[in-house]
Formats: sequence, C-alpha cells, structure tokens
Amino acid sequence: MMKEELIIAGFGGQGVLSMGKILAYSGVIQDLEVSWMPSYGPEMRGGTANVMVMISDKPISSPVVHEFDTAIILNQQSMDKFESMVKPGGALIYDENGIVKAPTRSDIDIYTIDAVAETVKMGNSKMFNTLILGGYLKVRPSIAIESVFMALKRSLPERAWKLLPDNEKAIKRGMEIIVKR
Amino acid sequence: MEEIKLMKGNEAVAIAAVRSGCDGYFGYPITPQSEILETLMAEKPWETTGMIVLQAESEVASINMVYGGASCGKRVMTSSSSPGISLMSEGLSYIAGAELPCVIVNVQRGGPGLGTIQPSQGDYFQAVKAAGHGDFDLIVLAPSSVQEMYDFVYDAFDLAFKYRNPVLILSDGAIGQMMEKVVIRPQTARKTNDEIIEECGSWAVTGKRGRTRNISTSVELDSVEQEKFNEKLQAKYKTIRETEVRFEEINCEDADFVIVAYGLCARISSKVMEMGREEGIKIGLLRPITLLPFPTERLNELSKRVKGFLVVEMNAGQMVQDVRLSVTTDVPVEHYGRMGGIIPAPSETFEALKRFINKLK
Repeated sequence: MMKEELIIAGFGGQGVLSMGKILAYSGVIQDLEVSWMPSYGPEMRGGTANVMVMISDKPISSPVVHEFDTAIILNQQSMDKFESMVKPGGALIYDENGIVKAPTRSDIDIYTIDAVAETVKMGNSKMFNTLILGGYLKVRPSIAIESVFMALKRSLPERAWKLLPDNEKAIKRGMEIIVKR
Repeated sequence: MEEIKLMKGNEAVAIAAVRSGCDGYFGYPITPQSEILETLMAEKPWETTGMIVLQAESEVASINMVYGGASCGKRVMTSSSSPGISLMSEGLSYIAGAELPCVIVNVQRGGPGLGTIQPSQGDYFQAVKAAGHGDFDLIVLAPSSVQEMYDFVYDAFDLAFKYRNPVLILSDGAIGQMMEKVVIRPQTARKTNDEIIEECGSWAVTGKRGRTRNISTSVELDSVEQEKFNEKLQAKYKTIRETEVRFEEINCEDADFVIVAYGLCARISSKVMEMGREEGIKIGLLRPITLLPFPTERLNELSKRVKGFLVVEMNAGQMVQDVRLSVTTDVPVEHYGRMGGIIPAPSETFEALKRFINKLK
C-alpha cells in the first residue's frame, strides 16, 4: 500500500506550491490518487505559503490533515508550526539556511539539504525548489524520478522546455546532497 | 475523447461550463473563486463553441445578465463567493419568480460582511432557506471533490431545465482552490436556436414567429392569480423533494454513530470515520449531495437505529437544524464546527466525536 501525507511549507516565492504541484502531477502519471491543497492568501509573494499533498493508491478521504508522513520546511515560522505535526517515525526535511531553531524531535527522521548554498554554486537561484524536490525523492522513493521528469515536461509550456535539463540535473544533485542528521 | 487532468475545483467549473455546451457566463471576480472567470477567459470559448464570457461591472449586473440569457432559453451561469452572492439575492428571487433555468456557483468564504477569504460553509442557511425574498426554493448541490465540481455543472443545467428553476452549486474556498484528478468529458455541442425553440418554446423569449407571445416576468399584481402561481411553485418544489434527493452513504449499515457532513467537511469526516473504525467505533457517514431537497426521510430512518448523529460543518451550526427537523425520534444530534475560515482537522473532529459518544454513556 502506498500512502503519503506531505506538507511543504515556506515563504511565497520559494516554489512551495509548484513543488507540490509537480509531485501531485507525478502521482497522476503513476496512476495514483492525489490531492493538492494550498493555503491560499491574498499575496503572491512574501507571505508564508504551504501546501498539503496527499498521494495514495486508494481514494483520498481528507485532503486536509494535521499529522504528516513528511514535512518539507523552508522557513522558521513553518518549523515552529509544523515540526510537532510530523507523525512519529515520519520524516522532516529542511535547509539549515534561515532556520535559527533546529528541530529537536528524536522520534522522527530529520534530513538537511544545503540547497541555498548549492544554488549559489550552480549560479541559478531558481533551482532551489528543484534541489529540495530531488532530496525528497531520495527520502521517499515511491515517486519515481522518471515520473517527475515527465510531470515537469507536461506542466511547463513548450517555450520553457529548454530549462528541463537544468531541472533534471538539479533533482539528481538534490538526491546527492541530502543528508540524514 | 476522455481526458484526465489535474486541476483546481474552480478550473473544473470553468472547463465543465465550456464542455457542457453552456451559452454564457457572466461574473465578477472575487477570491476564492476568481479562477473560474480567469480560466474561461484563458480558454476563449467564444472562438470555439461560441460561448460568451463576460466580466460584468458588478454581481448585480451579472445575475441580471443571467436573468436575460435565461429568459431566452439559453444555458447561462454565474459564480461568486459569499458577499457577491448576497448582492445577487434580488436577481435570484426574480429568476425563481419568472421560473427560469440557470446555474449559480457559490465558492463560500468566511463571513459575515467581507469576513475572510478562507473557506467556510456559513452560507448554508442563505442557500437553502433564504436565497432571496419571497417563497421560493433553489435546488442546491454540494460538491465534495474537484470531480464533482466538474460533474455538477452538467447536473445543475439538467436540473435547471428539467424544473425551470435556478440551481446553486454550493462549494467552498478549499474545494475551489484544491487540485485533484478530473475526468473531462468530450465536448457537448451548444443547443442550436431550433433546438432551443423546441425545448423552451412554450416559455422562452425566442421570437414569436407563428405563436402567441411568451412573457418572462415575476410580477402578478392580482393576489388571486399570484397565490395560484405560488401554489404551482410549491407543487414543483414538492415534486423536486420527492424525486431529486441525492446523498452518499458510507458504512451506515452497522453504524452506531453517523456523521452528517457535506462538501469539504464530508471529506474530513470520512477520514474521521476511518480513524474511528480503526479503534473499533462503528461510525458511518451520510453525505447530503442535494442540500435542497434534503435527505430528510433517510435521516429519519437511520435515527431509528443509531445512537447519535454528529453534524460537522464550517459554521456555527446550520445544517444541524435540518438534521434535527428530519429526525422524529429522540436520538441525540450534536454539532461540531469551526468558523472564520478555519478548516476542522480530522483529529480534532474525531476528538469532538469521542466527547459526544462519552457524553451519551
């Protein structure tokens, strides 16, 4: 049985919602049931943004939950709010950059990914969420990397397909640089 | 060709409008449903099916454009969110009074007043009791998934034309904003003028070539005549109550406790049901799909063998009153709700259910 209850939380503009969308799309490609529930706000950038993504091989009952298998956390406010909502045995993924109070739970698996530093090395700050997505796929391999590549291609307009190789590279790099704490 | 797409509830409404052969959409933007108008504008159906999409100057104008289009026998619709729907009440009452078919979508947000842009079910009373002045009923459908946001546009037009009555799709900001898989149907052609004359010629304003004129109006100053008309309307509503009740029942056969919830709350409650069943508590779920007509009889039947009903809503307790009115036994009916745009989590709802069960022991 495959069931993943995921939250991705950070600032608007970090690519939180689109990362969730690519994952949900990848689920559709694998013929799984998916739901994507954003916390929508009046502003497009700057505010906190989060999205709950459910992926399952069975119909999804509630698209909203308060206990998550995995949390991807990209700012301190989200850490304060969502660390406690990870299920015991679940996973928390975060970038230490911008986190002043590291997570303290000992009953979950905690992973760090130095994505901000990596975007500087790559010279492309837009790859931030793609790197994180790669890290996630390493931790949760039930979504195949090929599905994600296909989802990226299908969700981008044709004029943006030139960006696909960089995205694919960033996903693979993300898989390499994620570390278990 | 059947297609599966990942889309938002609001987008599903827009695509369904085009695909179902809708003739015209008239609306005014308001969060959390602006994607309906935005998607229609992006789709440009006026270039493909000939459907008109128009951003009116206000909600009052939108509903009156709908009134005009419906008078001509066209398949027309509008959408808005709570404050905008309030602005449409006068027009809705006129449309009901003129017995015209149309579809309205309310993607509810929290109130009162401008309130919040977050999801709510605070407009239940407005939808089923008082969408406008005068004795009239809407038909109210409550989608609980993005697929139903899509499908109910078709169903709403069918019901609207079957009964010459406005049909409201009562959704909420969460269902409107969330994305799920949707099966998209092939394009249905818009009705031709000849088909409209054949279907609606007895009442629609289609040009009176070769027949007596049709008058589309809600005014009748002779009280005797108006009462006759009121009786005719009430007879229609009775037929609707007898034939159009729709609901979904899960695990009610052996249930000790039944949760009654619609829309997003039904999804949350089905999770609560799973949590309860894992702990050996026999929980069932009754999800009204039509809020008007309401599944009164079924609730009353269930009340003869269950130990209690918990009604879960994103409001202070509205549908719970209709559940209480449905039940003729003394089975306890309790409400759990959140307001202000807060979505009740499955875990807190399960706690509320357990408190209710413990109270009964």
